[in-house]
Amino acid sequence: MSARELLDLVWLIPALPLFGAVVLLLFGKRIGEPAAGWLGTGLMGLAFAWSVVTFLALRDVEPRAHSYDLFTWLPSGGFEVKMGFLADPLSVTFILFVTGVGALIHLYAIGYMHGDARFGRFFAYMNLFAASMLVLVLGNNFLVTFLGWEGVGLCSYLLVSFWFERNSAAVAGKKAFVTNRIGDFGFMLAMFLIFARLGSLDYGVMTEGADGLANGTATAIALLLFLGAVGKSAQFPLHVWLPDAMEGPTPVSALIHAATMVTAGVFLVARAHPFFEASGSASEVVAWVGAGTALFAGTIALVQPDIKRVLAYSTVSQLGYMFLALGVGAYGAAIFLVVMHAFFKATLFLGAGSVIHGNADNQDIRTMGGLRRYMPYTAAAFIIAWLAIAGIPPFAGFWAKDEVLADAFFADQFGVWAVGTVAAALTALYMAREVWLVFFGNERFRAPAGGDPVEEHAEETPRDSEEWLRGPTVAYGEPPRSPRLTHDRHEVPPTMVVPVLVLAALSVVGGLLNLPFKTLEHLGHWLEPVFEGVPEIEATSFLSAARLSTLSVFMGVLGIAIALLLYRRGLPDPARDPLDERLGVAGRVFGHAWYVDESIARAVAGPGRRFADWLNDGLDHRGIDGAVNGVANLVRRTGGGLRRVQSGLVRNYALGVVFGAAGLLLFLVFRAG
Amino acid sequence: MIAALELTANHYLVLAAVLFTIGAVGLLIRRNVLVMFMCVELMLNAANLTFVTFARELDDVGGQAIVFFTLVVAAAEVAVGLAIIVAIFRRRRGATADDVHLLKG
Amino acid sequence: MDEFPLLTCIILTPAVGAVLVALTPARRPELSRAVGYAATAATAGFAGYLLWHFETGRAGYQFVEDHRWIGSLGVRYLLGVDGISLFMVALTALLFPLGLLASATLTERVKAFTVWMLILEASLLGVFLGLDLVLFFVFFEIVLVPMYFIIGGWGHENRVYAAIKFFLFTMAGSAFLLVGLLTLAFLHARAPGNDLTFDLRVLMEWAPGGLSDGTARLLFLAFFAAFAVKVPLFPLHTWLPDAHTEAPTAGSVILAGVLLKMGTYGFLRFSLTLFPEAAVDLAPLLLVLATIGITYGAIVAAMQPDLKRLIAYSSVAHLGFVVLGIFALTTQGLEGGLFTMISHGLTTSALFLLVGMLYDRRHTRQISDFGGLWKSVPILGGLFVATAFASIGLPGFSGFVGEFLALLGTFLVHRPYAIVAAVGVILAAVYLLWAVQRAFTGEPSGENATLPDLGFRELACVVPLLGLSLFLGIYPKPVIDRVEPSVKGIIEHVEDHTDYEEPAVATEGEEAER
Repeated sequence: MSARELLDLVWLIPALPLFGAVVLLLFGKRIGEPAAGWLGTGLMGLAFAWSVVTFLALRDVEPRAHSYDLFTWLPSGGFEVKMGFLADPLSVTFILFVTGVGALIHLYAIGYMHGDARFGRFFAYMNLFAASMLVLVLGNNFLVTFLGWEGVGLCSYLLVSFWFERNSAAVAGKKAFVTNRIGDFGFMLAMFLIFARLGSLDYGVMTEGADGLANGTATAIALLLFLGAVGKSAQFPLHVWLPDAMEGPTPVSALIHAATMVTAGVFLVARAHPFFEASGSASEVVAWVGAGTALFAGTIALVQPDIKRVLAYSTVSQLGYMFLALGVGAYGAAIFLVVMHAFFKATLFLGAGSVIHGNADNQDIRTMGGLRRYMPYTAAAFIIAWLAIAGIPPFAGFWAKDEVLADAFFADQFGVWAVGTVAAALTALYMAREVWLVFFGNERFRAPAGGDPVEEHAEETPRDSEEWLRGPTVAYGEPPRSPRLTHDRHEVPPTMVVPVLVLAALSVVGGLLNLPFKTLEHLGHWLEPVFEGVPEIEATSFLSAARLSTLSVFMGVLGIAIALLLYRRGLPDPARDPLDERLGVAGRVFGHAWYVDESIARAVAGPGRRFADWLNDGLDHRGIDGAVNGVANLVRRTGGGLRRVQSGLVRNYALGVVFGAAGLLLFLVFRAG
Repeated sequence: MIAALELTANHYLVLAAVLFTIGAVGLLIRRNVLVMFMCVELMLNAANLTFVTFARELDDVGGQAIVFFTLVVAAAEVAVGLAIIVAIFRRRRGATADDVHLLKG
Repeated sequence: MDEFPLLTCIILTPAVGAVLVALTPARRPELSRAVGYAATAATAGFAGYLLWHFETGRAGYQFVEDHRWIGSLGVRYLLGVDGISLFMVALTALLFPLGLLASATLTERVKAFTVWMLILEASLLGVFLGLDLVLFFVFFEIVLVPMYFIIGGWGHENRVYAAIKFFLFTMAGSAFLLVGLLTLAFLHARAPGNDLTFDLRVLMEWAPGGLSDGTARLLFLAFFAAFAVKVPLFPLHTWLPDAHTEAPTAGSVILAGVLLKMGTYGFLRFSLTLFPEAAVDLAPLLLVLATIGITYGAIVAAMQPDLKRLIAYSSVAHLGFVVLGIFALTTQGLEGGLFTMISHGLTTSALFLLVGMLYDRRHTRQISDFGGLWKSVPILGGLFVATAFASIGLPGFSGFVGEFLALLGTFLVHRPYAIVAAVGVILAAVYLLWAVQRAFTGEPSGENATLPDLGFRELACVVPLLGLSLFLGIYPKPVIDRVEPSVKGIIEHVEDHTDYEEPAVATEGEEAER
């Protein structure tokens, strides 16, 4: 088979997990545990293998892009959309890590979801999730991408509210979907505008056509697309769904944060970069929203007590970096960070999952500590990923983040560069805080004697117990969850350890993909054909680049140093967080996520609800329907009045006849006369 | 005197009008159902007289024909009407039209 | 093929079925049921045959049957099918067997119910197939009678109020329609060289040029009154929540699935073709009403405590998309509108069926009485959630295709309306998912915890609809291909008779600045 023939089969990559999803949805229960999990994982593995084949095939074709239409999806007049797939360096980069990281997360979930009543269903959703993401990145036009885009939204709903018996999970799933829909609104309008101006939604046409657009049009398209990206990638102000999405099982969080979903926004902006390039001002917006979100989310993560919430806000913050990079035109750097982030964030989430799993579902880092002794592998992996995200060389995160910041600097965007650099210190600080509170310091997880001990299989809290229904998420300001373990924690089973270790290893060496030396920028060169025509950002000199790197390392070290200073010994009193106390009022603002969520909730529940109530009760019921019934009543009352005429006396009627006849006669006489 | 009393169409028409008025007034002022009934007959026959008069005057047999229709209708009406009256008489003592106002709205 | 009167067969089969059911003894309901199933299935078979033999790519009417009916008045028995009516016929033929199947739990006066259902089917099919204005009107009116009895006879608590409201509302609208169509025909007959006729094909060629602007507008409004009530357009919609809520399950299914489409079908078939000038001039009015309907219906739906009422208001929103697309007067808009009609028929019917099944189990429709149903009845819950997403317009389901095309078609010519209407896409997610959250998620308690899940019969009602919605969402081409010639025909007709011109699609890669 020639390379092009192989690339024609690129649709197999989403088809494999999609097939798994269908099979598991229909027969998941019959297949049972753990076969259902292995089926899902195996199909993801196959998809990964096929992605590798696709990658190899793509290297052999010139130009580096291959589009293949499966069938005509939506033909309507001059509007025609094919169900078509595009294999180019950008999409292939994405499918490689989506399937790779995705397969590992699937593998991990086999252990994590052990014993769940809806085990098969879980893997069906996970497979569907991966399939949607693959459709999203592989589509060769906006509408196919949108199909995957919405599919991802659907799966996030299903998976976040997977434990829908918990009210908080159900609400979080709905919130995720609805917030995403606000972004989709922008995406849809952008598609309309693109079609109105270019007559096609194909990516090929876009590349040629974007240059010819009026600046205002290009800006409008770019900003509308960005609205979509803001929703999906949880940027301010549509970030509110992501922290709540922690209600889902931890593998889902890993999948959402690392491999699928949130990187979709980054992908979309990178894919649609011709519009952003044509606009210019839209890119400014992207850069500033990204930088602002990076800083904003970083501050929130500082004081969160929940192990997963810290990671959630850290994702929001890291995504901010990616948009910052996209905004300054450093597309390659953004993609690089996406991939590296997939590695270390997956490690962190799966590690966090292991910590929670081995630990009676407790997610409160204030009642952990010293775990490295009991969960050595998990701890090692977590620590590697921590150093990676904090930007310590030579781990993956350093190379990526350094490149993003350097590109921002050399693109003369000093404002966003400065914000990004400050946020880098915050990243190191909150991650160091989390690592120290979980794995180092004093051991705070033992239940006090005479408390309410949870025995050996503590992780299997009954699914209808009040404790379980309340949900594990610890919000800021809540008192620490009481430690519940009477025994020592244990390491998790191998199916859970192996993926974490593999991902950690990738976090170590991932940087090799794109070292900042001319010949070693593999990823950059690989992606070049996609971002053709985008002006390259060149370092002014090696020396200034080195100085920038030093600065960013310094910021990382600074953050870690502050954390160590505060948390060296862990927490003497779980109820008192030294960082929070030192921050004072700011700590409260950070803890409540700048009150964004609360304000939105209050606006929706207050004026929003009142308006809807008024519309329903006041206008619809009393107004319109009232008018309708009013007419009916009027008719009834008029009839009531008129019925008195019907006296029932024959002579009255006869009199009426006589008068009527006389009147008629007079009328005729006078009219005739 | 006799010659002066030549009957023209006008005489017939006036007679018909008089009869009709008697019938109409009777219908309006009398309470006895039977009498009212006879008044209706009077009115019908007044109309018949008019028809016949014009039929002769205009030399059109159509008027005569209509009289037959009227007669048939009147006969049917008598049959139904008398039946109703008899029914009412059976139900209550005596019958004035004003007592029967069950169809009051 | 011109010998075999296929369309007459389609209309007559349920009618004959109704007569046969009437002949069955009332104390043997299973016999009435069997005849009902057979008649509706046979109709569905004929409709399937029609779908199969329908010639794709032809704009005009096919399978035309034309006979003198009331000769002295020029009224003809004129039937024909084109891309616009084809799928309405198919939808009707599909929904009735399912509706009857869903009514298998009905125990009271089964015979009468079946008779009314079959009469309803016959008259609905007549509405979509009749091309003579009088014939159309007769069927249009007959529809009211069985529907009135179905709501009033087998409905819920407040059924009499709802039935009368439904009847009066639609009757009031039809009065205008009757006056309008008589006026039109007589004006046509008065013009030199014309005979009195109600043949749509003749009138649509004459009316655009033969009527003065003012008359055309008045007549347009007369037709509008009848159709707007049926759709229903804001603010004529208040009969709908009552009728939907009070009707028995099958009644709601037919109401939402087919009856509402009579209005939008009327707009497409009559308003646009007979009065193109007025339609173009008055389009903004309809677009405004449609946009209001979309957003207003969605917001009000969110506030409903009753699941059926909620779905009823969601119909107002969905049908808003249809009207929006139709009066955008672009190929995409019209096709989107038509597609939404089909899709709404599938998804909303499925929702009503599912709510009916819930009602069978819990004897309540109040959302607050439910809770945690996804856990206690996982198949029902899963299907409801899937159908809800289909109704929300998730890509991959038919709803998306329709709404997307309708919005796209509108966007090309009337941007502000499309932008406001697109908000409806967000709101749809809000009201349906909120309802799902309250009724289906959480931990079931009390009666909700011990409900039986769906049986085979119930699955057979819902799964075909959902499957079809999925299929059409992924592969809508067969439908669009059959619809497109007729839609283009309408737009060309409008263009021929007015100054309006459908904007050309921008050619690839270059900006088409207007």
